Amino acid sequence: MAPRPTTGPIGRALAALLTLLFVLAFLDIEPARAEYGDVVINNYSDAAGMRPVVFPHWFHRIRFRCKVCHADLGFQFKAGGNQINMAKIIDGQFCGACHNGDIAWSVENCNLCHSAKPGTVTQVHESTIQKLAAPAEPARK
Amino acid sequence: MGNCVGATWLPLEDDGVHDPLAPGVRLLQQPAEALGRLTPDSAGNYVRWVEALDKGEIKPREALRSKAAPRFRDDDILLNLKGGMPIVRFPHRAHTLWLDCSNCHDHLFKAVAGANKLSMFAILQGEQCGVCHGAVSFPLTECTRCHSVARSAVNGKPAQAAQGGALVPAAK
Repeated sequence: MAPRPTTGPIGRALAALLTLLFVLAFLDIEPARAEYGDVVINNYSDAAGMRPVVFPHWFHRIRFRCKVCHADLGFQFKAGGNQINMAKIIDGQFCGACHNGDIAWSVENCNLCHSAKPGTVTQVHESTIQKLAAPAEPARK
Repeated sequence: MGNCVGATWLPLEDDGVHDPLAPGVRLLQQPAEALGRLTPDSAGNYVRWVEALDKGEIKPREALRSKAAPRFRDDDILLNLKGGMPIVRFPHRAHTLWLDCSNCHDHLFKAVAGANKLSMFAILQGEQCGVCHGAVSFPLTECTRCHSVARSAVNGKPAQAAQGGALVPAAK
């Protein structure tokens, strides 16, 4: 009876290699360790073939108090809760109140905001809940 | 102490959220560059944000279009007077440095000390204080920053102790 391909030495090496690749593929999916308060907004990006948006709270609060966006500009306190799209931004709403080439970079600079890994879900990253719900996450180096 | 630049804040391309292949990533400011200069903390962004503001390390704008004068309030509200944990001192000052009254009142909190039924269960689910704490402002693992007043220190005081002043005119 001819040996099945997976039982020979080459077959075993192939199997080992496949197992290693399989393990590496899973190791590669590291838990996100974004900066505390980073919000990924992916309401429409994936569907439109764009990378999702990363909104870094830390960067913005150095330059603006919370109330500028959350009171004056009307941003809800909820990740993905504002139904922002590019038409609104170009119209000067939401991000467009500053990202107009006057206060901050304008909308032509797509890649500066749309910079998240494709498929990243809409959420506040590194939140207490996220960390408590995933205690296996390795400590920050 | 001990916030070494590079040890606390991951480079954007390694943070698991930014796509290292995205052409914009290398142009963005790195957290370590911006946050490493500010008063260090042990949690969250590893920055004492209120202290950084008070010391003038950062000068965040108060408005885009100058309308009404910013509203500040500098009293402390004591909460959780009947629980087992130390009493919560809520400082209006630290909050109104950043926020407008309308951000919390009245849809999140009635503007009467003691009128709100607060619960850690709700807070941990992102309601009440948890709208910000645990997401952007210091995380919910920092219990003693809110539960900061020894129960013995306010024994015999009325059930809803609110100390201090009223609305303070904009400090300018």
